[in-house]
Amino acid sequence: MADSHGVVAEHAEHNPNLRHHFDTMAQQFDSATLGMWVFLLTEIMFFGGMFGAYTVYRSMYPEAFASTSKHMDAFWGGLNTAVLIVSSLTMALAVRAARLGQQKNLQILLVLTMIFGLAFLGVKAIEYHAHWVEHMVPYWNWDPNYDGQPQYAHNAQILFCFYFFMTGFHALHMIVGVSLMLVILMMARRGAFNAEYFTPVEISGLYWHFVDIVWIFLFPLLYLIGLHQHTT
Amino acid sequence: MHEIPSVKTYVAIWATLTILTFVTYSVAKIDMGGFNIVVAMGIAFFKMMLVILFFMNVKAESPLTKLFAGAGFFWLILLLGQFFLDYATRGWMPEGKMW
Repeated sequence: MADSHGVVAEHAEHNPNLRHHFDTMAQQFDSATLGMWVFLLTEIMFFGGMFGAYTVYRSMYPEAFASTSKHMDAFWGGLNTAVLIVSSLTMALAVRAARLGQQKNLQILLVLTMIFGLAFLGVKAIEYHAHWVEHMVPYWNWDPNYDGQPQYAHNAQILFCFYFFMTGFHALHMIVGVSLMLVILMMARRGAFNAEYFTPVEISGLYWHFVDIVWIFLFPLLYLIGLHQHTT
Repeated sequence: MHEIPSVKTYVAIWATLTILTFVTYSVAKIDMGGFNIVVAMGIAFFKMMLVILFFMNVKAESPLTKLFAGAGFFWLILLLGQFFLDYATRGWMPEGKMW
């Protein structure tokens, strides 16, 4: 820090939020955004591997996967998709409020985003509980007769493994996201953000929207396969 | 920095995403054979683009950020492409004559 070297005068010249290795606030903002995208690329590869493995096994056992999907309740899955999309809206509006320097709106929208995020996790807990009660948790609580369809019992476990790993890692990201929002909210209450400096709000928002996108793909891939077979 | 999108834009994107979620559910009930997955992934891809371009505001970001976001797709295509190429071609060689 320049302070420790006694170069205090420099600080009077620029925005106190501007780090010294950047020329302008805009450059600092672009660098932070770029850095966050690099992190998101690693996240894309992380989830991409799971989506790839899922696709290989689904192409190997299409009937078993389609049949097993009926145990994933499309109502809860659809509701959670809607909840996450609303949370993305409140997140985007929170970033907007931060950019406009609307302190009160920013805090309200951050709280709303957290509430929707927690609602998502609540629904997820209801679903996990239902799977446990129905003995559909591989290894720990699995009915070997599998719903009167023992011919699918083995392959159904594979889909449930994918289900728990993919939704589990997604839920973990949601927990991280809600925690991030709590930190951002506390910073906002301290008055850390203004129209010139809102980078933490922006990049936390990027993370939040990314987690939303993962769910946009998980919903049809886990809940809706073979739906046309179950309803007719 | 960049121009600030209006509340109306954000709400319109949200409404579109919500409607598309209902559409995803509704078309999944129709038996289209192999096309079900194509339609489902097509809608999901479109929803993803709306989130990336508007909610994540990549539309207004610097060209470098756009390039990096695009690179995500490129690496994902490499990952999944090689992945499926492997699995799709494993049965091609006659047994015991792999080398």
